[in-house]
Amino acid sequence: MTRRLPVWTVTRHAVLIAGALVILMPFIWMISTASKPQTEIFSSHLHLIPEHFALWDNLRAAFAKADLWRFLLNGLIVTVSVFTLQLLVALPAAYALAKLRFLGRDTLFALVVFCILIPPQATAIPVFLLLHKLGLLDSYAALILPFSISVFGIFLMRQFFKTVPDDLIDAARMDGISEFGIVWRVMLPTAIPAVTAFGIFSVVAHWNDYFWPLIVLNSEYLRTPPLGVANFRNNEAGTDYGPLMAAAMVVIAPLVIAFLLAQRRFIEGITMTGIK
Amino acid sequence: MAAIELSAIRKSFDRTDVLKGIDLKIEPGEFISLVGPSGCGKSTLLRIIAGLETQTSGQVRIDGEAVDGVRPSARNLAMVFQSYALYPHLTVFDNIAVPLRMRRLSAAQRLPLLGRLIPSRHRTERGIREDVERVAALLEISPLLSRKPGQLSGGQRQRVAVGRAIVRQPKAFLFDEPLSNLDAKLRVHMRAEIAQLHRRLKTTFVYVTHDQAEAMTMSGRIAVMIDGHLVQVGKPADVYDNPRDIRVAEFVGSPKINVLPGMVRADRGVEALGRPLELSAAAAAGACRICVRPERIELGGGPFAGTVTHLENMGAEAFVHVGCDGMVIPLVARIDDPRRLPEIGAPIGFGFAADAVRAFDASGKRIETTPRLRVIQPREPALV
Repeated sequence: MTRRLPVWTVTRHAVLIAGALVILMPFIWMISTASKPQTEIFSSHLHLIPEHFALWDNLRAAFAKADLWRFLLNGLIVTVSVFTLQLLVALPAAYALAKLRFLGRDTLFALVVFCILIPPQATAIPVFLLLHKLGLLDSYAALILPFSISVFGIFLMRQFFKTVPDDLIDAARMDGISEFGIVWRVMLPTAIPAVTAFGIFSVVAHWNDYFWPLIVLNSEYLRTPPLGVANFRNNEAGTDYGPLMAAAMVVIAPLVIAFLLAQRRFIEGITMTGIK
Repeated sequence: MAAIELSAIRKSFDRTDVLKGIDLKIEPGEFISLVGPSGCGKSTLLRIIAGLETQTSGQVRIDGEAVDGVRPSARNLAMVFQSYALYPHLTVFDNIAVPLRMRRLSAAQRLPLLGRLIPSRHRTERGIREDVERVAALLEISPLLSRKPGQLSGGQRQRVAVGRAIVRQPKAFLFDEPLSNLDAKLRVHMRAEIAQLHRRLKTTFVYVTHDQAEAMTMSGRIAVMIDGHLVQVGKPADVYDNPRDIRVAEFVGSPKINVLPGMVRADRGVEALGRPLELSAAAAAGACRICVRPERIELGGGPFAGTVTHLENMGAEAFVHVGCDGMVIPLVARIDDPRRLPEIGAPIGFGFAADAVRAFDASGKRIETTPRLRVIQPREPALV
């Protein structure tokens, strides 16, 4: 087939390469700029490969200018805490919605689905006021607590739990495992693919979140990575593009590495949400 | 070993009644099969005994004690499921060990990592290991202990499921169609193994199946359930020979019992297909159904006539399908010697002995029949 129609194969690849270029260009530009000295960045002729390789200088400047390690650590604390809390809430909730029979279950589930439709910006101000009243603004709690309940997570896990056979749960009950025990000892281990997929979505979303940390934070030491990078731009001395791009590289590196390690799971997660 | 007593068990889901008043006494140490067509409520009844389902009304007693509202694990029964229901993330060893760990270890000792620090856990774990290995040896799955269920064949998973059930020596075993996921050959083999297991353990076995052959071959007693009712309980041979209801007669036995249209005359004489039989019935006049097992049909002569429509040669035996006027479904007769099969399409005569007849009235209840006192003429030898 492909041998008979090389024209079609060539066109197909040309289109795909063009698409890939559009998506990759900002990244390539970022790496290119991060590797150039200041003078080359502002030069009028366009070139991707820097004449003087200045990546190390820019990185050093970036780390000197702001506490990037601190931002990365903040990102780690926030994403891990958010994901852990989300699991603590979503798994039992999803189990109840998928496998227990109780009055109003379907209504509750309809509410969960409905909540997915609400954009987070819509509830931002009430949540902000709530945190203000509680005196939690400008703290890790302000970054973590509002996201501890993920309706998307409940929905995703519930759909997955639906596919776990009832016999398995009954067997666990006969063996003497309590209902909460079933969630952690039986459902969680069988749902590892779904948990991984959800974990990737959750971590990526909260690592990259710019909107919410910008609203609730003042202190520099609490800043998450995207906020920390943006800090370079706001400096009064003018935007220093080389170190800014170097910092951006540092900030996205953990996600890229994590993605490469968990690539297969990530695709699994996307195809799974595509089915359900 | 436990006696299980069910009294007036009813169960409805929404508005449909699944169980309509079940009374059953299961003796300690007996092997009883709950058998019936799919949807008759037998699995629901088993789940009520297990405590996985709550009955709408009625009472379950285990060893004389009412267990209503008692958690499934506290009833100390073990169950083997149709899908085996093994924990996919645990090895065979851990699967079998789960019920022991849940019982013998405290909640603190079961904690991952931290639990290992508690000193007494080590001793308990050793006891658990010994018990699991003993059961594995009994079921001949010792080499599989370190594998995951995904790496096992259907028969091996079945054994692991049985192992998980027997390891904690429960009061009774509940089996929910445990063989229906296996292929035909393995099923026959496992049938024998489960029967042997019962002889060895001498514990109460409650076995649910829709396969009447399984029920007939394994159990001490069978309880036939149809449409939410317990229609007949008795020894397999007794249920086969003396069905109290036409639904039981039709469900038990393969191929199915032959049903001929008949009637009870005003003088209590019985007719089948319009011909008088040497029987009188203890019932009022009216339409009835005359049932005869395939092995009791005598081909090659007799008062009835039909045409051979189909032959099934099984090797050691053969079944002849005979179509005759007045019957929608062809009659099936068994021949012991398949070398003497008639031709398809050939006319054939048939008859049956008076004591082979089981008659049922219009509502399906059994009618008692007695042979009429008349000299029976010797029949000509069968010519096929």
